[in-house]
Amino acid sequence: MRHLLSTADLTRGEAIRILDTAAQMAATQSREIKKLPTLRGRTVVNLFFEDSTRTRISFETAAKRLSADVINFSAKGSSVSKGESLKDTALTLQAMGADAVVIRHQASGAPHTLAHAGWVDSAVVNAGDGMHQHPTQALLDAYTMRRHLTGGGTGEGQDLAGVRVAIVGDVLHSRVARSNVQLLHTLGAHVTLVAPPTLVPVGVEAWPCEVSFHLDEVLVDQRPDAVMMLRVQRERMSSAGGGFFPSPLEYTRGYGLDARRLGMLSERAIVMHPGPMNRGLEISAEAADSPRAVIVEQVANGVAVRMAVLYLLLAGDVTQDSQQDKAGQ
Amino acid sequence: MEAGAVTTAGTTDRYLLRGVAPLGGERVDMLLAGGVIERIAPEGTLWSDGDAQVVDGAGLVALPGLVDLHTHLREPGREDAETIRSGTRAAAAGGFTAVHAMANTTPVQDTAGVVEQVWRIGAEAGWVDVRPVGAVTVGLDGEHLAELGSMAHSAARVRVFSDDGRCVSDPILMRRALEYVKAFDGVVAQHAQEPRLTEGAQMNEGVVSAEIGLAGWPAVAEEAIIARDVLLAEHVGSRLHVCHLSTAGSVDLVRWAKGRGIDVTAEVTPHHLLLTDDLARGYDPRYKVNPPLRTAADVEAVREGLADGTIDVVATDHAPHTREDKDCEWAAAAFGMTGLETALSVVQHTMVDTGRMTWVDVARVLSSTPARIGRIDTGPHAHGRPLDVGEPANITLVDPSAVRTVVPTEQHTASANSPFGGRELPGRVVATFLRGRATVLDGAPVDGGGAS
Repeated sequence: MRHLLSTADLTRGEAIRILDTAAQMAATQSREIKKLPTLRGRTVVNLFFEDSTRTRISFETAAKRLSADVINFSAKGSSVSKGESLKDTALTLQAMGADAVVIRHQASGAPHTLAHAGWVDSAVVNAGDGMHQHPTQALLDAYTMRRHLTGGGTGEGQDLAGVRVAIVGDVLHSRVARSNVQLLHTLGAHVTLVAPPTLVPVGVEAWPCEVSFHLDEVLVDQRPDAVMMLRVQRERMSSAGGGFFPSPLEYTRGYGLDARRLGMLSERAIVMHPGPMNRGLEISAEAADSPRAVIVEQVANGVAVRMAVLYLLLAGDVTQDSQQDKAGQ
Repeated sequence: MEAGAVTTAGTTDRYLLRGVAPLGGERVDMLLAGGVIERIAPEGTLWSDGDAQVVDGAGLVALPGLVDLHTHLREPGREDAETIRSGTRAAAAGGFTAVHAMANTTPVQDTAGVVEQVWRIGAEAGWVDVRPVGAVTVGLDGEHLAELGSMAHSAARVRVFSDDGRCVSDPILMRRALEYVKAFDGVVAQHAQEPRLTEGAQMNEGVVSAEIGLAGWPAVAEEAIIARDVLLAEHVGSRLHVCHLSTAGSVDLVRWAKGRGIDVTAEVTPHHLLLTDDLARGYDPRYKVNPPLRTAADVEAVREGLADGTIDVVATDHAPHTREDKDCEWAAAAFGMTGLETALSVVQHTMVDTGRMTWVDVARVLSSTPARIGRIDTGPHAHGRPLDVGEPANITLVDPSAVRTVVPTEQHTASANSPFGGRELPGRVVATFLRGRATVLDGAPVDGGGAS
C-alpha cells in the first residue's frame, strides 16, 4: 500500500490487515503509556483545505501516539482562484520533507491528484475529498461493526460476511456512504442505502448494494445489524441549497431514527453515525444516547484505525506489499 | 521521393500538385495559379513550366480547405493561452483555411469594433480566413441583445452569432435573437446547456460521476434546450445551429426536427466522437470539457448521426488553456481542450477507417457544410467549394496512411491541453493552400508565408 485514496483500491486481504493492525493498536491504547516509538523521526502533515476539527485531531492523535512529528497545515479556501494552488502547497510540503500527507479537500479527486501528479514523494492519505471518499471513516466503521457483530473480541482475521447494514440519509453528497458501500461489499456485508429519491445519485445502479426509499420497510424486511445515519445538512432543503427535501420535519418523519424506529431494531443491532450529529433531524436523542449507539466508540476506534493506516504506510513491510501488488496484477 | 516533397525552390503562387486524389477519387494533376485552381488533368499529363513548385501528391487525398465553425482563439484577452496568430497557424497545420472565432474574448466580441479587430488581425496573420462570431447578448450576460446588425454590416461581415460557453437560456431572448438575425441571413449557434440543471456541474451525470463523486451534468440539460430551440426556430421560421451536440438524445431530437422540416444544423466535436466519461476516473483535467465527455452509447449515437447526416458538421471547439488552468485538482481546472491539429485525424480514425464515411463525406462535414452554415461559401473568398477549375485554391492535402503519436507540447497551438496526447492517430496534413498560397508544406507551417 503506497497511498490510501479510496476503499475501492483495497482488496479483502488488505482491508482485513488494516483492521487487524488497528486491533493491535487499540490494545496498546489501554496501557498507561499510550505512546509507541514506531514513527519517531517521521513527519506527518495534516493538510486541511476544509474545516474538520474532528478528523484532524483524530489523525493528529494517531500520529502522535506513534511518535511522529505532526504539522497541521490549514489551507481553507485555497484554490487556484483564491490563493495558492494545490501544486504549490504540495511542493512546499515536499520541500519540508513530509513522509505522509493527510489531505482533506472540498474537491473530489484532489488526494488522487496529489498522489499521482508527481509533486510529492510522500504517502497520501485521503481524509475526505468532496463527494468522493473518506476511506478511514469506512475503515473505522467496519472495525466497529466487526467488534460488535462478529463472534467475540475484535474479530481478528475476520471479514463482515453476512452482516446487514442500512446506510440512511444524504447518499448523494456523502463520501462516507461511497467509502462504506465499497469497503463493506469487499468485506462481504450486505448494504442497503435508504434515502429520499432526490438524495440518491443517478448512476447508483452500478453500486454493489440495494437502494430503498422507505426506511420503515427496510427496518422490517432487512432486519439490519447496523444502522448508519448520515449527516443531513439543513440547508439542502432551501432552494439555494438544491431543494432536495421540503422541510426538516418531513425529512425526519421519513428518514429520521426516532424512538419508534429504534424499537423496531433487532436485539443485536447497533446505531452508528459519523458525526457531527444533527440531533432531532436525522437522529433523535433517544437513538443517539441509547445503549445501541456506538457513536462515541466510533470516535475512539478512529484513532486506532488511523494509527494502523499511518503505520502500514510508513513502517509496513514494503517487501510484502510489493509482492502482493505483483500477485494482484 | 517523400510524399509532398517540393522539387523546385523559391516562393511562388504557382503549385503543381502531381498525382493527388481529390476526395479520395482518381488521381489527377492539379495546377494552382493566381489563387485559383487553374487546371486539372489526368495524372502524369501536367508538367511544371519552370516557375511552378511541384508537390508530389502520390498517396495524398486532396480536400477542400477545412472550415471550423467553432474555434476559441482567445485574443483579445487571454493571449497567454493563444493568440490569433498562434491559433490560426495551428489551424493551418491542421488543414484549415477558415475558422470561426468564438465571441467569449475579453472584451467580448459583442460590438462591430471588436469583431473588426479580430477579423483584421486574422487577415494580417494570413494563416487562415478568420470569421469572427458575434455575441448574441451584451457581454454574454444573457440579458440584452448585442448589436447584431452592426456586427453583420461591419467589415467582419458576421453571420454566426453565439454566446458559446454560456447558453442563451431565456426563451424570449432566444426567440428575439432567432428572429432578428433573419434580416441579414444570420444564424444563432446555441450552446445548449440549461443553467439550473448544471449548477456546479463537473462531468457527465451517470455511473462514473456517481462513483467518483463529481457533480453531474445531465444529458437532459442539453436536450431540453435543443428541444425548446428547434420548436422556437420552427415557430418563427429561423435558422438554428446547435453547437457541440454530445448526447444520443440530442441526435434523436435533431433527427426529429429535420424530419419536420425545421431549419436546424448541428455540430459534433472530434473529442465527442472518440472519448468517453470513463476518462474522468483519473481526475486528469485534460479530460474536463463542456459539454462533458459522455458514455460509449452517446459516442456511438453521434457517430451514427454524423454518418447519416443528422449531424451536419464536425467542429473542433478548440479551447486552449494555460498550464496553470489544467495543472490542478479537477474542480479548479478550466473546461476545454485543444483540437485544431487533431480534428482531421480523429474524423479519419472514427469515421473513415471504420468504413462509416468516405473522403467525400469528410469534405462535406469539415468544409462545404460548415462554410455554407457560416455563409462563407460564395464570392472571391469562398470556402468549401468543389475542387473544380476556376474555384479558389483552398486545398488540404492529407496522407491517410501516415500514423503519428500526438505530442501536445510539439503542436503549433500555444497551449498543450490536448486530450489526445500519447495516442496514436492516423493521417497527417501534408500541405494546406489558402487561395493558392501554401500555408503548410511538408507538414510544417510555411513561416513568412502566412502574411501576404
